[in-house]
Amino acid sequence: MADHILETEGLTKEFNGFVAVDHVALGVRTGTIHALIGPNGAGKTTCFNLLTGFLPATAGRIRFKGRDITGMRPAEVARLGLVRSFQISAVFPRLTALENVRLALQRARGRSFDFWRSERVLARYNDRAHQLLFDVGLSEFVHTVAGQLAYGQKRALEIATTLALDPEMMLLDEPTAGMTHADVERIVELIHTIRAGRTILMVEHNLSVVEGLCDTITVLTRGRVLAEGDYAAVSANPEVIAAYLGSEAPHAEPAHA
Amino acid sequence: MSATTETPAPAAAPAAHGIFGFTRAQAVAFVVMLAAIVILPHILYPIFLMRVLMGALFACAFNLLIGYLGLLSFGHAAFYGMGAYLGAWALKVWHLDAALAILVGGATGGLLGLALGWLAIRRSGIYFAMITLALAQMVYFFCVEAPFTGGEDGIQQIPRGVAFGLFPLHSDMAMYWFTAAIFLAGFLLIHRVIHSPFGQVLKAIRENEPRAISLGYRVQDYKLIAFVLSAFLSGIAGATTSVIFGIATLDGVVSDRSGDVVLTTLVGGLGTVFGPVVGAAVTTAMENYLAQFGSWVTITQGAIFVVCVLAFRRGIVGEVAARLKLSL
Repeated sequence: MADHILETEGLTKEFNGFVAVDHVALGVRTGTIHALIGPNGAGKTTCFNLLTGFLPATAGRIRFKGRDITGMRPAEVARLGLVRSFQISAVFPRLTALENVRLALQRARGRSFDFWRSERVLARYNDRAHQLLFDVGLSEFVHTVAGQLAYGQKRALEIATTLALDPEMMLLDEPTAGMTHADVERIVELIHTIRAGRTILMVEHNLSVVEGLCDTITVLTRGRVLAEGDYAAVSANPEVIAAYLGSEAPHAEPAHA
Repeated sequence: MSATTETPAPAAAPAAHGIFGFTRAQAVAFVVMLAAIVILPHILYPIFLMRVLMGALFACAFNLLIGYLGLLSFGHAAFYGMGAYLGAWALKVWHLDAALAILVGGATGGLLGLALGWLAIRRSGIYFAMITLALAQMVYFFCVEAPFTGGEDGIQQIPRGVAFGLFPLHSDMAMYWFTAAIFLAGFLLIHRVIHSPFGQVLKAIRENEPRAISLGYRVQDYKLIAFVLSAFLSGIAGATTSVIFGIATLDGVVSDRSGDVVLTTLVGGLGTVFGPVVGAAVTTAMENYLAQFGSWVTITQGAIFVVCVLAFRRGIVGEVAARLKLSL
């Protein structure tokens, strides 16, 4: 199991007796794109919150790069190189796109407690921030206040901000949710380009996105792992088809079988 | 604080870092404020103006938390009042230099802020407000009982003394210039904090705390530092006020004081640079000129508060800035 960058063992989360995540054993191999799919309420986002320390696990262990990170505070998890995005677009709405990205650069490179300095010292991060915004196609919006960006642009900005930390592993929570077709294609392309040297775990509803992008897929239902494998194997699994048809129709046909 | 429902702040021009991080509009407003500080003591009663200046510093310190971090403290009287007591004590009993005594007051506020803030920042929203209120009430009752505060009488007949060993502060004009210098130093310090790399993180926390955490920021540390800075400046304001009036009483630590600073900041404009200053001028003027009507002061204040919250949610400066599409 040495090539697993992130592993969980018996990961469980209970909310007042309701088991949202039930003994999940997840293994994400280094350098892969791994998808977590499943119907609404399957526990995908709860899993993300557990992995990144935003929620304490009721039971089970989480290991990142061989290190036990169970119970670690979320900021510390992020500092280890496991950085998440959020389902609702997570930008700083009243700051400009440049300032959004710079906040991540500023954290990664220190200099954040110095309240007596002018913010002009942050100009040193501008070149890198411009590059990152260019990479995600936001060159024209560098000085636009993030709250005024279109939805897809906000997601792109969020990815640029996350990339600014140069994390070893990124957790993307529904990166294409609510996007137009053109935006979805752009994000997929973007994920393709940023995967080099990184591991990505993503929650995704859009199965056509998952099909083209992900090496491994884990299907969750009611907090449990229902199936795991590549797209062909998972989409042919009768239990997966039943689970999907039983609750909600996926955006693409789950199986050709 | 739901930032999404508010109109987004006007996009700051990329190179709008003029003098000391002021935008052009702010630089103009600053010059107007400087002119007022220089000219007004020749027209109005300096004691009144000193009250305005220290009310403004107190409100600016409070605004650092509510306006730039979204933390509503209902306990700032504790820092202001304890700063006033210790500043008074340092001057009257220890016979320290006036400037040093005021720094003692600031340090008192800061240290108390460290202790109270450390407890309060564990919660946010209404819980944060309630914890600060409760802790400040404990400080109040401590002051009622502790012998050194003089109980109901307070610490009286505090000599104004000498500042920096050079400037005797006995005359009101000398005291005024000293007060004005303290106000300006505090005001510029806050402005620098807001426009520092640290201030940038504070804004990020206000805008989206989970996201700031997910970028690896230990947000509690930032909140605590901001809280201590705010408490320090509140202590400075309290101590300076006790030097001005030669008296430090329970009036400084009582919860009304915490309420006043909320009102002042709201009337002037939350999260604006000049709002707390304008707010302090308005509320102090009201207290001063309506004093003859007795309890009508409180009723008028209440009415203004209601009108402000209902009709001018951005406060005076906030409304003006929004109309002119400027950042003030």
